[in-house]
Amino acid sequence: MKALCWQGVNELSVEQVPDPELRNDQDVIVRLVAGTTCGSDLHLIGGYIPAMRAGDVIGHEFLGEVVETGSAVRRHKVGDRVVVASFVGCGRCWYCANDLWSLCDNTNTNPGIGQALFGYESGGIFGYSHAMGGLRGSHAEYVRVPFADYGAFPVPDGVDDVSALFASDSVPTGWMGADLGGVKPGDVVAVWGCGAVGQMAARAAILLGAERVISIDRIPERLEMTERHIGSETLDYTSTDVAAELRERTGGRGPDVCIEAVGMEAHSDGPMHLYDQVKQQLRLQTDRPTAVRQAVHACRKGGTVFVLGVFAGMVDKFPLGAVVNKGLTVRGAQQHGQRYIPMLLDRMARGEISTAHLATHTMPLERAVEGYDMFKEKSDGCVRAVFTGPGRTG
Amino acid sequence: MKHVKSALVVAAAVGTGAVAARRTRSRAAAGDESADRWLTVTINRAPTDVMPDGTLPQPLDRMADRLEARVRPAPGDRGAELAVRLRETPSDAETSLPGRLAGEDPRQEVRTALREAKAILEAGEVMLPDTPPTTKETPVGKAIGMVARRSGGEGVL
Ligand SMILES: NC(=O)c1ccc[n+]([C@@H]2O[C@H](COP(=O)([O-])OP(=O)(O)OC[C@H]3O[C@@H](n4cnc5c(N)ncnc54)[C@H](O)[C@@H]3O)[C@@H](O)[C@H]2O)c1
Ligand SMILES: [Zn+2]
Ligand SMILES: [Zn+2]
Repeated sequence: MKALCWQGVNELSVEQVPDPELRNDQDVIVRLVAGTTCGSDLHLIGGYIPAMRAGDVIGHEFLGEVVETGSAVRRHKVGDRVVVASFVGCGRCWYCANDLWSLCDNTNTNPGIGQALFGYESGGIFGYSHAMGGLRGSHAEYVRVPFADYGAFPVPDGVDDVSALFASDSVPTGWMGADLGGVKPGDVVAVWGCGAVGQMAARAAILLGAERVISIDRIPERLEMTERHIGSETLDYTSTDVAAELRERTGGRGPDVCIEAVGMEAHSDGPMHLYDQVKQQLRLQTDRPTAVRQAVHACRKGGTVFVLGVFAGMVDKFPLGAVVNKGLTVRGAQQHGQRYIPMLLDRMARGEISTAHLATHTMPLERAVEGYDMFKEKSDGCVRAVFTGPGRTG
Repeated sequence: MKHVKSALVVAAAVGTGAVAARRTRSRAAAGDESADRWLTVTINRAPTDVMPDGTLPQPLDRMADRLEARVRPAPGDRGAELAVRLRETPSDAETSLPGRLAGEDPRQEVRTALREAKAILEAGEVMLPDTPPTTKETPVGKAIGMVARRSGGEGVL
């Protein structure tokens, strides 16, 4: 079958690779209907995620058609159209039982690597290095889905394939940021990043009752899209002082909840950017935390900063003093998709969350390299490139 | 670190026996990752499901004669804490980095079996990696592959 492989830093290619097999009784195999690029993949393509091997298939946000089921699978049958959570959860360890699915104890096949990096390993995710589980990615014509009774969800009839696709990763990630960030009616929420994840975080904040939501980016078409499709105010961080602007818009208090949806390759024009970039390139720090710093600084006293952006290792110049002296809650997580996906699909069916606009470019899987180029460069207004596979389309 | 070490030496000196003396040596040599530490997992099942009639769950049962084991309820409704330890403390050569890379450290087998026992009890199966693990062979990839193969037997149990 055809699949998109990481071949080295900034080097991708579509290759012929062996078809996946059922390896466990609780697995299903799906035929790809559609998959999409995610900002997390950019960190991986750029070489910032450890333990990638040349030849690894990448991709983790996808929708497929079930073509084979293991003998212990109960909730799926051949022909089902399913959206699959990007993290795999066993459903029965303490973490899964407590709805902390990306922390599953039983789905990272290389626990020793994650433990060396983080103290304890994360759960397994599709196509995201041998440190994060070692599973093959989903940018392939066929994908093996372990523990499918827990991680694959039928899509309601009223939701089309491309819209439903984003329920795999970006929609639940954004929802989690607002939910676990504690957004409640009356709050003012600021969101850094107007990619798919930031937009979905902003939408979640609105649906959870936030009084005002302010989204921050520099790319004009993303800012415009966020205003139009999400209903959030926006702010171009290159044209104004973000902290001052947020202060002004919040009566001098600062946002109650700050959600960071940028990640470890954050951009800025200030002198700190060069410092961060040099240190990152020399591997003296692994991640550039520009937006996190800004969020911590701008957040109101006693507020919450939720880090959705992916960070892999160490950051430098983290404003710990602001955290302590302003009494902040700082939290982060990889997404607990299984906790939210059915509820989110219902909301999508009811028209409360729309995602179709995120798919700015659709192309067959064979052209995935081109899709990632556009996504990385944000060229031609690309927000997400969607790759279509051989699966049935609805 | 230093006072821990001397306390252990004192304990050994006042005659807590050969076992303690032997353990003292390896603890002092290997620091925090001492070779005779109990290896522990918490399993989201009742203690009586984990060790019914005092027998170890599979696949740990296969090495039962080489292990000491204990199980106790985990606090806060988290299931059972299962701890095992090799009766014979592995040698310094076995627990050295080259020994571990060569897969000669007997604790690796124990850690793997502990994780598998937990997975079987909780989720009904041990999730296997995809095969082949990647689609191209390079020297760096081979090194990562080797680390990955050992990784089920390493880490912080
Ligand atoms: N926690 C999770 O489970 C999870 C899941 C999916 C994605 N992510 C992470 O979320 C982040 C966003 O993902 P995405 O797919 O939306 O990526 P994306 O690359 O499409 O979007 C990132 C956006 O951040 C903007 N940006 C860069 N620097 C900024 C700054 N200093 N201030 C404000 N905005 C800035 C960029 O212009 C871009 O629009 C990534 O780090 C990704 O790894 C996390
Ligand atoms: Zn993602
Ligand atoms: Zn689990």
